[in-house]
Amino acid sequence: MDTTPQNNTPQTTAPQTTAPAEPQRSAHYHHSTDLPTQLPPRGPDMRPLWPPKVDILMTVLFAVAVFTMPIWLQPFGAAYPDLMQRFAIFGIFAIGFNILFGLTGYLSFGHAAFLGVGSYAAVWSFKLLSLNIVPAILLSIGIAGLFALAIGYVSLRRSGIYFAILTLAFAQMCYNLAYSVLTPITNGETGLRVLRDDPRVLDALVTGTSEVAVPRASFFGIEMSGMTGFWTCAVCLLIAFYIALRITRSPFGMMLRGIKSNQTRMNYIGFNTRPYTLVAFVVSGMYAGLAGALLAVVDPLAGAERMQWTASGEVVLMTILGGAGTLLGPFLGAVLIKYFENIFSALSDSTLFQAFSFLPDTAREVVVTIVSPFVGEGWHLTLGVLFMLVVIFLPGGLTEGFRRIARALRGGSGKKESSQ
Amino acid sequence: MMGNAVLSVADVQKNFAGLRALSDIDLQIEEGKTHAIIGPNGAGKSTLLNVCVGRLAPDQGAVVFHGQVITGKKPHEINQLGIARVFQTPEIFPDLTLLQNVMAPAYARRDGPIRLNLLTRLDDDKDVRLEAEHILEDVGLAAKRHDEASALSRGDKRRLELAMCLVQHPKLLLLDEPTAGMSRLDTNRTIDLLKRIKERGMTKVIIEHDMHVVFSLADKVSVLAQGRIIAEGTPDEVRADPKVQEAYLGGAH
Amino acid sequence: MDAILLQVLNGLDKGGAYALIALGLTLTFGTLGVVNFAHGALFMLGAFCTVALQSLLTMSTRVRDESITFFEAYKEVPYLVTWFGDTGAGIIDWVVPISVLVTIPVMLLIGVIFERGLIRFFYKRPHAEQILVTFGLAVVLQELIKLWFGANPIPVSAPEVVRGSADISDILGIGGNLSYPWWRLIYLASSMLIIGVVFAFLNLTTYGMVVRAGMADRETVQFLGINIERRFTVVFGIAAVVAGLAGALYTPILTPNYHIGMEFLVLSFVVVVVGGMGSLPGAVAAGFLLGILQSFASLNEVKSILPGIDQIIIYLVAVVVLLARPRGLLGRKGVMET
Repeated sequence: MDTTPQNNTPQTTAPQTTAPAEPQRSAHYHHSTDLPTQLPPRGPDMRPLWPPKVDILMTVLFAVAVFTMPIWLQPFGAAYPDLMQRFAIFGIFAIGFNILFGLTGYLSFGHAAFLGVGSYAAVWSFKLLSLNIVPAILLSIGIAGLFALAIGYVSLRRSGIYFAILTLAFAQMCYNLAYSVLTPITNGETGLRVLRDDPRVLDALVTGTSEVAVPRASFFGIEMSGMTGFWTCAVCLLIAFYIALRITRSPFGMMLRGIKSNQTRMNYIGFNTRPYTLVAFVVSGMYAGLAGALLAVVDPLAGAERMQWTASGEVVLMTILGGAGTLLGPFLGAVLIKYFENIFSALSDSTLFQAFSFLPDTAREVVVTIVSPFVGEGWHLTLGVLFMLVVIFLPGGLTEGFRRIARALRGGSGKKESSQ
Repeated sequence: MMGNAVLSVADVQKNFAGLRALSDIDLQIEEGKTHAIIGPNGAGKSTLLNVCVGRLAPDQGAVVFHGQVITGKKPHEINQLGIARVFQTPEIFPDLTLLQNVMAPAYARRDGPIRLNLLTRLDDDKDVRLEAEHILEDVGLAAKRHDEASALSRGDKRRLELAMCLVQHPKLLLLDEPTAGMSRLDTNRTIDLLKRIKERGMTKVIIEHDMHVVFSLADKVSVLAQGRIIAEGTPDEVRADPKVQEAYLGGAH
Repeated sequence: MDAILLQVLNGLDKGGAYALIALGLTLTFGTLGVVNFAHGALFMLGAFCTVALQSLLTMSTRVRDESITFFEAYKEVPYLVTWFGDTGAGIIDWVVPISVLVTIPVMLLIGVIFERGLIRFFYKRPHAEQILVTFGLAVVLQELIKLWFGANPIPVSAPEVVRGSADISDILGIGGNLSYPWWRLIYLASSMLIIGVVFAFLNLTTYGMVVRAGMADRETVQFLGINIERRFTVVFGIAAVVAGLAGALYTPILTPNYHIGMEFLVLSFVVVVVGGMGSLPGAVAAGFLLGILQSFASLNEVKSILPGIDQIIIYLVAVVVLLARPRGLLGRKGVMET
């Protein structure tokens, strides 16, 4: 050892490094930057990372928030079933999308395809099987899952941009086919509707006839209209949320985050990552299928426009607006987007003139001229601008924004900012 | 001599765009020993290690691990056979906590390459957690178990990566310059840590620049220069070899 | 034989558009490292440069229609015609070729503004965010055009002299009776010319060679003390001009509407993937190849055997290529693989 070029260093540190004579585990090391007083706690810390109680509390709070929407949304003028249904349905869509994008880090630009497939499957179930929503929902989830399996199997061979492009291409392919060759299945531009005299075999078995006066989906006799539709969507949302929560807390969920964080490392510690990503893709496809089914449940028709790339882009925006990778963020994003879509697209120039009536005439003209391109038909312009603003200034989404504000407040009150 | 070789590299050759990176490499890694591979920059050390873990396919020759040919296998298959690797630049999960960083490889060791346990709770797998806790304590990072790995210093990241490998109890541990960029103090603590693993009987291959590290740890040293092994033996033998002094130390003087 | 040649020609002009867009996409990937989902919108903006020029040139005034004598009739006459007579009418007739002169500076300016104002802040950010922000930009551009020009397609015609068809069999000196629209031939020739100019710029000028070196290995180029980022603006400008020209000249072939950009974007991305991301010759070759394939797939004989194949052929090819050759036809290793 004395012939090594740096023979002085081992000597100076020797007492320190050889001191713990007891083997292995009792040996503690001070980290070089640690203060000497900060000894690591002895013995393993087995406190749960996510106490089950917290999860249950979270689910209960979420349930309360969702089921009281008819009450607390009233001041916002959003407490009517049609809009609340959309909150729940697109919430499910975004929560499912987040499993793929937020947890696994795969940006899919074609998820609307699964939503559309789910809608078609549900309407076909209403036409051929029964007006009961249970077979329709199960069928939609199953078929969307199969679609996701096929598309995911191919797309997941690549990652990053390639993956985004492949999913976009597949979605466009579905969209094109729905409008052309598959017209017998999709009914093309008219859209697929439930008719009075469709051969509903299950209904025919039970009631003796498949004919109904007004074809409307039902849950064992309870018709899906108005608030019933909302309650159904809310229950589905709750189940979807709970499953997403469990996936996040599972070893599988941790592996998904590992894949997002460093896929190479996942391979080198012995994981075959492909099946993990594929399952994440299929699960999120099934969520989209459920959302599509619910769209058909509350209004039994399906059209190809649900599969367009703008719809795929919208769910991406919902997820990043709320906060990708968080549990509540995607739902929050979905609610906000659908809420503002509802308000903005209802506005017209005349309502704008009324809204700004407090301004002097010229100022009002100017304001209305500036604002009017963004409302009504121009809602998509607002969406695009919002998209850019969120990505540029708040890529972590609103959840990240809240966190930053909280930290700033804590910092402002004189407490030292912790590294955590 | 062939005795109880854990890993044997036979007649391996690798070219990059016509340039020969490795030629006629024969190497026997014996069980329980620490085998160092040294050599000047660009000698082909990292290429050799990449061939061993399946990151690169050799143009010729084979790598055999415990009687099984591993050339051409996927990285996760090679890992599941019992080979773990520490990279030159730390490959960790920056977005996960330290505890999760170590639990992931522990799961891979327990459950194999695929297990789709979607609805079990991470917190219910107490065995995995306990193992991870022990290893974190072992490498001196237990106090930071809930910190995000991206917040660690470079030295700590390397220690964490080592912990991620150790938690798998690999039959063979490959270390690519485990002390590069570390302070003297950190280097010595890493040496000490590696010495303790040696006591447990883990076979190791170390690629290293730092002679101090090599001579404090290695049982056997192979010297690589221009893609060939030019000398092999105990540290003392290698040090005395005039060829090595010419090819390696010669440049320094 | 004639039918096959005709389909090849049919595919080539569409292929030219794909190749031009894919060329710009590849340039921006390769040098800037940015995935530009707004590239299709640049194509669309180019097309609307022509539309805008047309509506500018045909600004009209109401004049008394002299040909109708038994009552007072009025007709719209473009100012250009009232001022310059037949010369003015000629200018209006030649709007598409003239629009090239407008498109080049306008698109260059737009490209530079985008790069300086937005894209450059995303060089160091994850690909997902680059995709998202440019996607947002594409939506905004598309909606602005819709706001200005409306949702309906606006027809633009090629100059009178080249509005007819060329007798291909005569030109090539082969038998048969094969005719093909002149403008499509011109489009094909122009796209090849533009591709040639871009390749010449990249291969023959020092400036271009540095850009190409930057595509191959950015770090080394920066190591040599060359400020590659300054050239990014130029590269993005060139890509915008190429896409814009592709759009401007395509207007007589496909009536422009506000959402053609996204349609062409998706197809061009597929072209880039098939050609091999980061490979300029790959992008061009795959562009023409897929254009021809698509044109064959739209033959009635093919469609009767495989219904709907014309709608999905490109995507199918992309899937097959990605499964068989993950890096694409001429792709290099290690480009954009994270």
